[in-house]
Amino acid sequence: MSVVAKTAKDEVARSATRGGWLGPLLAASIGAALIAATFLVLDWLGTDYAYLAAYTVLQFVVLATAWNILGGYAGYVNFGSAGFFAIGVYTSVVVYQTIQLPILATIPLAAATAGLVGFATGYLTLRLRGVFFSIATLALAIVLQTLIVNWDWVGGARGVYVLRPQTVPVFGSYARYLFAVMLGLAILSVLIARLVENSWLGQGLAAIRDDEVAAECSGVPSLWLKLMATTLSGALMGAAGAPFPYFITYVDPNTAFSLSIAVNTIAMPLIGGTTTWAGPVIGALLIGSLQQYATVTISSAANLLIVGVLLVVFVIIAPNGIIGLITSIRERRQ
Amino acid sequence: MAVSWDLLINAVLSGLLLGGFYAAVAVGVTIAFGMLDIVNIAHPAFIVLGAFIAYWLNSSYGIDPLLASLLAAPFAFLGGRALYRLYYYAFERRGEESLQGLAFFFGILFIVEVSLLLHFGVDYRTVEAAYIGPSVDLPFSLSVPLRLLTPLLVGLAMVLAIQIFLSRTFIGRAILAVSQDPGALRMVGGNPVKVKEIAFGIAIATAIIAGALLIIIQPVEPSVGREFIGRVFAICVLGGMTSLAGTVLAAMILGVAESITTTFWGPSWAPAVAFSILLITLAVRPSGILGR
Amino acid sequence: MIIEATGVTKKFGGFTALNAINFTLGARERVGLIGPNGSGKSTFVNCLTGVLPASEGMVRFDGQDITQLAAWKRARLGLSRSFQIPRPFRGMTVRQNIEIPLTFIVGRSDRARIEAEADAILAQVGLSARARARPRSLSQVELRKLELGRALAAKPRVLIADEAMAGLSDPEVDEILDLLMRLNSEGIAILLIEHIMRAVIRFSERIVVLVAGAKIADGPPADVMAHPEVVRAYLGE
Repeated sequence: MSVVAKTAKDEVARSATRGGWLGPLLAASIGAALIAATFLVLDWLGTDYAYLAAYTVLQFVVLATAWNILGGYAGYVNFGSAGFFAIGVYTSVVVYQTIQLPILATIPLAAATAGLVGFATGYLTLRLRGVFFSIATLALAIVLQTLIVNWDWVGGARGVYVLRPQTVPVFGSYARYLFAVMLGLAILSVLIARLVENSWLGQGLAAIRDDEVAAECSGVPSLWLKLMATTLSGALMGAAGAPFPYFITYVDPNTAFSLSIAVNTIAMPLIGGTTTWAGPVIGALLIGSLQQYATVTISSAANLLIVGVLLVVFVIIAPNGIIGLITSIRERRQ
Repeated sequence: MAVSWDLLINAVLSGLLLGGFYAAVAVGVTIAFGMLDIVNIAHPAFIVLGAFIAYWLNSSYGIDPLLASLLAAPFAFLGGRALYRLYYYAFERRGEESLQGLAFFFGILFIVEVSLLLHFGVDYRTVEAAYIGPSVDLPFSLSVPLRLLTPLLVGLAMVLAIQIFLSRTFIGRAILAVSQDPGALRMVGGNPVKVKEIAFGIAIATAIIAGALLIIIQPVEPSVGREFIGRVFAICVLGGMTSLAGTVLAAMILGVAESITTTFWGPSWAPAVAFSILLITLAVRPSGILGR
Repeated sequence: MIIEATGVTKKFGGFTALNAINFTLGARERVGLIGPNGSGKSTFVNCLTGVLPASEGMVRFDGQDITQLAAWKRARLGLSRSFQIPRPFRGMTVRQNIEIPLTFIVGRSDRARIEAEADAILAQVGLSARARARPRSLSQVELRKLELGRALAAKPRVLIADEAMAGLSDPEVDEILDLLMRLNSEGIAILLIEHIMRAVIRFSERIVVLVAGAKIADGPPADVMAHPEVVRAYLGE
């Protein structure tokens, strides 16, 4: 790289880390360009299906990023992501069947409900060893499913139909609109994850992850930080679920609490890398796209099996994920 | 609602019968997780695997399901040992209880369930045996279906056998020693890793056998394992983690609680019972009923 | 008295690890705590710092009852400790390790102040050159300095050094001892738990002896070392 280019690169890096304006401006411009490009590509592909496939991938970006705030940053594994997602889905269904708010208003409601459940679960179990929290989240998802199955008003086991609104603000087709909403959520969740990671909250969670007792003795209020992470994580997962009824139009417990959500939300950050916000994004984009491709070529169950196997393989040979591999290659070069 | 005493007594009886089965289901978790700190959340998947192995041998070769599970048990033992070996080399050796270790077992849980789904489909499967169908009549006009009684007896027998193994044999006592103090075992020349390996193999073998018991009691399809996750850990924690007697007691309590719930409020609420018991135990008395 | 522990008892099931321990520490004192392996020294420290809840008894810090207080709150009050086996935050650099207590006890968002204080502490413990290293590449003595540095970053009024010199060579032991002496001269009370006798005797104004969960001696080094029970139980080994 020429001297001029290298100096420019250093300058951008320096201003990006020291809070200058050049870095964020550049990032925002690149981001906006990418977004415009994405819309162009999807429009060129021509079908609604392209938008819906992209919606699913972005949904996983949100879920993986949300999971990682507690799982990757603090080291507390949430096995019940499907439950939190479903809370968002069914909050949306309840709103649909009562006051009929637009999606953008439903999302905060869904986030708040899921966040509350996250807080409650955390409050009851985070004082104990991490494994008990994990087991509790696993069982929580099943209990929530039981509750929904027994709740006829939201369809129970039979499910419920949701009609997409007739008018679509700005975006032309409803598929495009949903995609835009999820894109917004994805960007928001990544920004939140970045914010957490670089703040005192992120540092505290990292200390808890490395050694919780030592962290406590160093003045880190571990229970409160874990509760914050659990609540935030749950809320984002619930937010991801809010547009889902309009996406899928027929909601039943099996789809809301799907196996796909359960395994992917954990596999994507672990495969991508758990210590930073970029890992879940990489994992979600890669695995999500892989799945969209595989679903049309092989069965969806086999597709999930592949994800499960990838999860186990990565966790054994590349515990720090793709980002970890990149980092260690770089370190070895130096 | 007026409590019908007949109904209640029947519910309690069913619950106790179920409890014996639940004890067999949970004993593997008591060994692996309670005693040895191996968080094998994939345990329920192995139960379902055992159920399907029994189904396969029963429907293809007409082998009695209990016999089938006994045939499969040695393979399960070896498989369990191999699985622990992998877990040890990949995770335990590297340090404390990690995110990756938990994710590993979750991955295994998932792979087993989806593989069964791919191979057997979503239909419910049952087995046929002489003791499925008839009932035993007891005094007070109570009737006990043999398909519930058999798993109770076999399940309790299995737990008893393990208790004897743990307290009377050399390896069994080594397992108890490792559960209390791995360092001490090293000092007398024992190898805690080998001991844990054997214990884990036994735990998986019990899961396979419990699976056969399950399919005797009720029809099974691949995703029923999920109902058992809450149950096995609820029983393990309520029973005090390391005590087999505690496991049996906790299993009985869970069985009765679920049975009463099913009888008076319907079967769809049963999965919530285990979770509630787990949460309450963790909140109120984390050391369990008979815990240290 | 900055620390007053009265009747502290700790039971694990049927086993009594600590039996009604009474203990005091003056505001600028240097006290040594010795005892055979398994006598309960680390358990006592864990009860003082809040890592373990005491089964019975009371702990006061600067007059305030801290018996029910969580460990992080005690750390914020000024009660700091290092661990017997170093427990650094492995995913962070040396500097970041030290910045954790600074962030949570001293000043959360004030980056400039945190960085300046971290520099000062790194210099104080002699780790300035290793600020960007990770714990896995540190030597034993450097790890122990990091332990002490992190404890210092909490701005303590009391520092409990739990076997801070175990496994070190003679010159390294002296290095750590000098550091602790310096810290004490700056106003920090120090409770030194150690097996290395010459270090304890040289360092302590007063020595407390724990055997099988009970306190059997508490006084100036010369008196304690001559105490027949101490000689029999501990120094005789």
